[in-house]
Amino acid sequence: MTSQKLGSRGLRLLTLTALGLVLGLAPALAQKKYDPGASDTEIKVGNIMPYSGPASAYGLIGKTIAAYFKKVNADGGINGRKINFISYDDAYSPPKAVEQARKLVESDEVLLIFQSLGTPSNTAIQKYMNAKKVPQLFVATGATKWGDPKNFPWTMGWQPPYQAEGRIYAAHLLEKYPNAKIGILYQNDDYGKDYVKGMKDGLGAKAATMIVSEQPYETSDPTVDSQIVNLKASGADVFFNVTTPKFAAQAIKKAAEIGWKPLHLLNNVSQSVGGVLKPAGLENSIGIVSSYYLKDATDPAWANDAGYKDWLAFMNQYFPDGDKTSSFTVYGYSVAQTLVQVLKQCGDDLTRDNVMKQAAGLKDVEFGMLLPGIKINTSATDFYPIKQMQLQRFNGERWQSIGPVMNGSLGGT
Amino acid sequence: MNGSRAVLTRPHLVLTLAALVVAAALPFTVKNFILFQLTLAMVYAIAILGLNLLTGFNGQFSLGHSAFFAIGAYTAAIMMDRLGIAYYWTLPAAGVACFGFGFLFGLPALRLEGIYLALATFALAVATPQILKSTPLEPWTGGVQGIVILKPDAPFGLPLSSDQWLYYLTLAVVIVMFAGAANLINSRSGRAIVAIRDNPIAARAMGIDISSYKSLTFGVSAFYTGVAGALGAIVIQFVAPDSFTFAFAIGLFVGLVVGGVGSIAGALFGGLFVLFVPNIAEQVSKGLAGAVYGVILILVIYLMPSGAAGLVRLVVSKFARTTARQN
Repeated sequence: MTSQKLGSRGLRLLTLTALGLVLGLAPALAQKKYDPGASDTEIKVGNIMPYSGPASAYGLIGKTIAAYFKKVNADGGINGRKINFISYDDAYSPPKAVEQARKLVESDEVLLIFQSLGTPSNTAIQKYMNAKKVPQLFVATGATKWGDPKNFPWTMGWQPPYQAEGRIYAAHLLEKYPNAKIGILYQNDDYGKDYVKGMKDGLGAKAATMIVSEQPYETSDPTVDSQIVNLKASGADVFFNVTTPKFAAQAIKKAAEIGWKPLHLLNNVSQSVGGVLKPAGLENSIGIVSSYYLKDATDPAWANDAGYKDWLAFMNQYFPDGDKTSSFTVYGYSVAQTLVQVLKQCGDDLTRDNVMKQAAGLKDVEFGMLLPGIKINTSATDFYPIKQMQLQRFNGERWQSIGPVMNGSLGGT
Repeated sequence: MNGSRAVLTRPHLVLTLAALVVAAALPFTVKNFILFQLTLAMVYAIAILGLNLLTGFNGQFSLGHSAFFAIGAYTAAIMMDRLGIAYYWTLPAAGVACFGFGFLFGLPALRLEGIYLALATFALAVATPQILKSTPLEPWTGGVQGIVILKPDAPFGLPLSSDQWLYYLTLAVVIVMFAGAANLINSRSGRAIVAIRDNPIAARAMGIDISSYKSLTFGVSAFYTGVAGALGAIVIQFVAPDSFTFAFAIGLFVGLVVGGVGSIAGALFGGLFVLFVPNIAEQVSKGLAGAVYGVILILVIYLMPSGAAGLVRLVVSKFARTTARQN
């Protein structure tokens, strides 16, 4: 395999050199550096999304990204190069993700794979991407394991990791409710445990005394009623609700039914008003606290905001069929902007090495649809681009921001 | 006697040999990525062959073969990752484990016929991913995260990339498994298996022990699918519950029907279909990939109602008839 790779690289070098000699451009070539997938006219970006299958709702993210790159290309591209966005369907199946990743890297020869979605799919391709030294950039999953530059220098996350969110709630509690008695309901898998770990790390030495009850549930459980009853019985006055949408709605409803009125901290995963709070009863949801990092496109508070207007103009012109009430279109828009920023920083050095270097060199970058004050920062040891979030409270109709932007930084500790 | 000779008639032999030569030469002519796809297609072909033994030859329906594939894959992954056993040992181990599971599942399934058995196996397919995610098994299965395994390199310092090596390994397993299946079907036991499908009452009257044959066929079928699962895990280097959903069981079933129910060679076509047709559908239209796949499937079923193997048989017999007439 090595000999083959060397062979193809050698051939490419030879062709380039020959071309340079013919055109007499040899000195200019010295400044431009390309890996497979990049050229004077184009940058090939690969992507894997579940356009079909159980998680096909997420496909909207891929479509938004494609629309955004269309806009970038219409505006002249990045440093004169057009983005060629090649997006494949893996139906949320890890074997298919491996196949598509190999197709992108070996057959389409993309410069990098961007925003591959889902924890199982990304786990399946992580080793391959790192062995091939192809960037697996800004993966679409909140698991904490994507920021591990020591072991996986070619993989980077994007959204705030679950642990960071857990720490933000912990900081809020330590500041405002230092004597709280915390009851935790969590999904018994890596996602749930990530949140609980973040909360415990954030509370530090006080975790043992403040957390009075931890109630796990399995995704196969029909309801979480008994867990809620147990939490109430434990005397907890803070409820940390680490659940996916269906169980979140059950938990909110059950707590109201049995008259338990704690300070309710709901994880970001389940903050959809239409999908969770409405089924649980809007009147039951008043006062719930959660956190976010993107602007809510349905919030009229942003109507005159410049960033929101840009997003709206983009949606109207390039993605008119896209759902403007879905957070996925806001998410896709913002993460695509982040990649464009990285590629801009790369300049004419479009090697995979430099892509990772620039991705790890984002300094105080802000985008229109990130909440004001949230900045993207990375470094050679910090592969978590977004670590800040802002707390918000549900007022019966919509979420309202409370307090300042908070940092759940995991790097360096 | 007649039957076993029928497999090795001259045109068959020539075709098989030609196919083998092409298959053996491929790794030096196509990209590693294509090799990887072909390897996967062969893995699916073995699993489809396993299903074919059960459904095509014995007449027992199964919508749950993803479960046996999963057991095979997890057996291999756990042996390699947790116990540090070399990958080549995992193939027989996965096969034996699945034979056991299949045989045991086949015992109660004896009471179920046709669509009822299909429903029972469907339950197996639906339950498997959840069981794999469950907490008591997590220390072994890795829960939702699954298990990442290392890709084996070519042994004895052979100048092959790991993709090429895995392709040859899979090809060798395919040859052994397909030859084994052909021998089984053309043996005394094979005739008993087919007789049970065609007419169980007559078969019983002939003195065939229906229940033991049925559950043994279930075991053998699971053995094939389990070996395929282990190979699949090694080739993909990763197992997770989401890899073995009900959709995958249906995929195997589609491969079985498209390849040809009751045809051994047809399983190969089925494997290729399962792997490549969704990609073709996606290329036609990303938004309507599912619909395009459906249309292709309907067309295939209309044009080749007895599967690819049936079509080949039809063409060959027509060709033979015309040449006979000319002579």
